[in-house]
Amino acid sequence: MSGDPRDEIVQHLPALRAFALSLTRNGAVADDMVQDTLVKAWSKISTFEAGTNMRAWLFTILRNTYYSNRRKAGREVSDADGIFTESLSEKPAHDGRLQMADFRRAFVQLTDEQREALILVGAQGFSYEAAAETCGVAVGTIKSRVNRARARLAELLHMDDAEGLEMTDQATMAVVTGGRPAAR
Amino acid sequence: MGQINKKQKDAETIDQNLRRVYEDMLDEQVPDRFLDLIAQLRAQDDEGSSGEPK
Repeated sequence: MSGDPRDEIVQHLPALRAFALSLTRNGAVADDMVQDTLVKAWSKISTFEAGTNMRAWLFTILRNTYYSNRRKAGREVSDADGIFTESLSEKPAHDGRLQMADFRRAFVQLTDEQREALILVGAQGFSYEAAAETCGVAVGTIKSRVNRARARLAELLHMDDAEGLEMTDQATMAVVTGGRPAAR
Repeated sequence: MGQINKKQKDAETIDQNLRRVYEDMLDEQVPDRFLDLIAQLRAQDDEGSSGEPK
């Protein structure tokens, strides 16, 4: 016997809370979700396959709880207490390009599904396959959600402004070199 | 080509910011209520295994 797999749960608490907070954008709601998840995980531990990704398993329980509550409420929970956008500590951006407060404000405007996909893949480092399994959707769906989330963030953060300039430069280069703009 | 590079760079910038936000959240202290809850769930199990659950 390698012991009770539930002993491992406590190690995942910080990640579980971070995921809950990203999804709900609300500290009180996030902690309620974590609490529900712990109770469910405890009683459903027999459905956990030893040796598989426990973090992904816990995230699945949490997100299912969240979406089932959202269905019942008939709407998304808002960032009512502003915890996500305001109360977290502010660290200076080393590239000076994006201020974290701006980034958070943009991030909370994504849909739940986009935030979830982006956090799992972009921040938590899940493979597309693991994220797809966690969310119970196809790999292609996760990829498209991540791409849309990034595109929406770029738009909200006006990162597309620079693109116009770069394309102009490329067109100028094409004229100078007498060639056509690169096909891709 | 420039556009693809730009897209890649934007994606990297976004992910960098994302990870910073996420790490801030990971650094937060886990409230005692969750550790208490786990201890409570464990205690319930121990009771259950030594006799009839109430």
